[in-house]
Amino acid sequence: MLRIFKKILTTGVVTEKIKAPKDAELEQLGIELKTHIDKKFSGSIAIRQVDAGSCNGCELEIHALNNPFYDIERFGIHFVASPRHADVLLVTGPVSRHMQTALLRTYEATPNPKWVVAAGDCAACGGEFGVSYASCGVVSNVIPVDLTIPGCPPTPLALMKGLLGLISAKT
Amino acid sequence: MSSLNWTEDFLSELSADMTVAESAISSDVTLWQIDNYAWQRFAEIALRQKLRWAAGWAEQVQDRFLVNACFEKQGKYILLRTGVDASNPELPSQATVYPAANRSERHTQDMFGIRFSGHPDNRRWTRHQAWIEHNYPLRKDFPVQGTPVGITAPDMHYPFIKSHGAGTYEIPVGPVHAGIIEPGHFRFQAVGELILNLEERLGYVHKGIEKIAEGREPESLARLAGRISGDTTVGHCWAACMAMEQAAGIVVPARAALIRGILAERERVANHMGDIGAICNDVAFVFAQMQFTRLRELWLRTNATVFGHRLLMDSIVPGGVACELSDESCTLIKKELVELKNELNEVILALDLNSSLEDRLYTAGFLSEEIAAAFGTVGYVGRASGQDFDVRRDAPYAPYDQVTVKVALENQGDIASRLWVRYKEIRASLRLIGEFIERLVDGDIRTEWQTPSAGAEGLGIVDGWRGEIITYVRFEAGNKIARFYPRDPSQLNWPALEKLVLNNIVPDFPVCNKSVNGSYSGNDL
Repeated sequence: MLRIFKKILTTGVVTEKIKAPKDAELEQLGIELKTHIDKKFSGSIAIRQVDAGSCNGCELEIHALNNPFYDIERFGIHFVASPRHADVLLVTGPVSRHMQTALLRTYEATPNPKWVVAAGDCAACGGEFGVSYASCGVVSNVIPVDLTIPGCPPTPLALMKGLLGLISAKT
Repeated sequence: MSSLNWTEDFLSELSADMTVAESAISSDVTLWQIDNYAWQRFAEIALRQKLRWAAGWAEQVQDRFLVNACFEKQGKYILLRTGVDASNPELPSQATVYPAANRSERHTQDMFGIRFSGHPDNRRWTRHQAWIEHNYPLRKDFPVQGTPVGITAPDMHYPFIKSHGAGTYEIPVGPVHAGIIEPGHFRFQAVGELILNLEERLGYVHKGIEKIAEGREPESLARLAGRISGDTTVGHCWAACMAMEQAAGIVVPARAALIRGILAERERVANHMGDIGAICNDVAFVFAQMQFTRLRELWLRTNATVFGHRLLMDSIVPGGVACELSDESCTLIKKELVELKNELNEVILALDLNSSLEDRLYTAGFLSEEIAAAFGTVGYVGRASGQDFDVRRDAPYAPYDQVTVKVALENQGDIASRLWVRYKEIRASLRLIGEFIERLVDGDIRTEWQTPSAGAEGLGIVDGWRGEIITYVRFEAGNKIARFYPRDPSQLNWPALEKLVLNNIVPDFPVCNKSVNGSYSGNDL
């Protein structure tokens, strides 16, 4: 146990503050995000992530949003286990035809008002997969999309920027 | 160790039952062609000779289907092939002998319409409702756009195994799961908390990768291969490029091979760190999750600085690599290696002495050596259950042929074993990265591409972070791909999950699943 405490203490808080320009950008982004979320959502926004056919690259970077460097929860953004709890659906991948109904049902299960963010090139513009016998292509072919975040995969910083864009556009 | 010339003995044993036409596809791969009636017989003799079934796929050549199976023993691979007429495509099943071939044959059945007679479970597998029965997407007359009508219906009537009896109940989970993970369906039968049976239903992220690969040129195929499974972008891209380079008869420059090695080991370290953290998180030990996601983030940032991409996508290209490695970058990486080793020493000691982790991870999710061998499990799942195999050591390719690869091995077969194998692999990878940097020679990082002749084929076999990847490529005229088949290690490891969760409690499923961490995308293609 002592070892754990020692490691925690010596590691300290790595969550990024205003240091390098890049970190400042991140911090600035977070503060803006927080301001908007505070105004519109009383300080909290719930995201349900849906992989509708991605290669799992986008999921890796979405996961990174919760690592101690980005710690997106400090800005009031958290990921929830059910669409019933969500304000935002964060959808990745081209929508595979085998996931089409599942995505539609997830969308229907999300209470209004709701927004859809299509994250990653596949979700935003079709990426390497496009439309085929197995793929419906971009997310907007299946459900209405409010915002796209390009990138293959989008970096955690790009994802945060995107979410900010969504929230500022809607407030 | 028995003689490496096991093929001689094996051929002589086969000669009583069948004729084997032997030819070389390349210097590394030997092709054995047999008559289709002997397909199952071959498997029976192969099993007796302790060959491992490693991959299976088909392709259409005019009005015939060529059916392939890849076997391995002591690092030597055999590509077995037979032909069937498209008018009546039927073949005796090898899945009756090798459980590992089960889902692969079901995939071939769905995609080509080849019947495997005697197959123990010939339900559809990859096909849900996106195309109708008796339509086969990988036949040449099936248009890549298919004939979709409206919204694809949910796959409601898949005949799952049912449980009967007082007190048993079923839990359907997915395809949309509670976390940030890929989609798939799990059907549990349980009594109380105890799992009686688990049936996986995958195929939800089937994107038609094999079909949309056809007609692509090498660079375009490499990009697609890098997106078969995002966490294995280096591994799949390397395997696809290796296959294409073999078909084209070109050799990658020594410097490029070393950089490929560094990329692949960096991918392994990043994923293993993520997994160790996630396994601990699934038993609510958040300290480890936070430490390992922190270390992983630092590692990915170095990737971005040195190679221009956090996950290293598109770093490997046909003929070499896309990115130079400067002396400055080498210094940066070497410094990082030292720092990470020190960090790991501290974090791992805290993990190792933690009794609540021991309580949850030891003996849970047990996979016996026998079952691991029967399903041909590879990578850390196999190595945690005594399967002592690693392509890098047993069938070494450049740059692994220049170094000694130490293969981590455990035989307890539980979640803890799979965690420790990952940790040992991280240590081994850090050493390998250091060695590759030391050996880095001056020179080109890319060889000029040469158009392969029509019909040229290649088999790329590499050890990705999840284990052995086997990728088959055939070219047609004009530098275009006629057939592409990537076998992700997950295809062999997924069935093992159904077995290792038995007699565990339902709440331990997430950690059991994470300890295997199969790729849904790599499996569904």
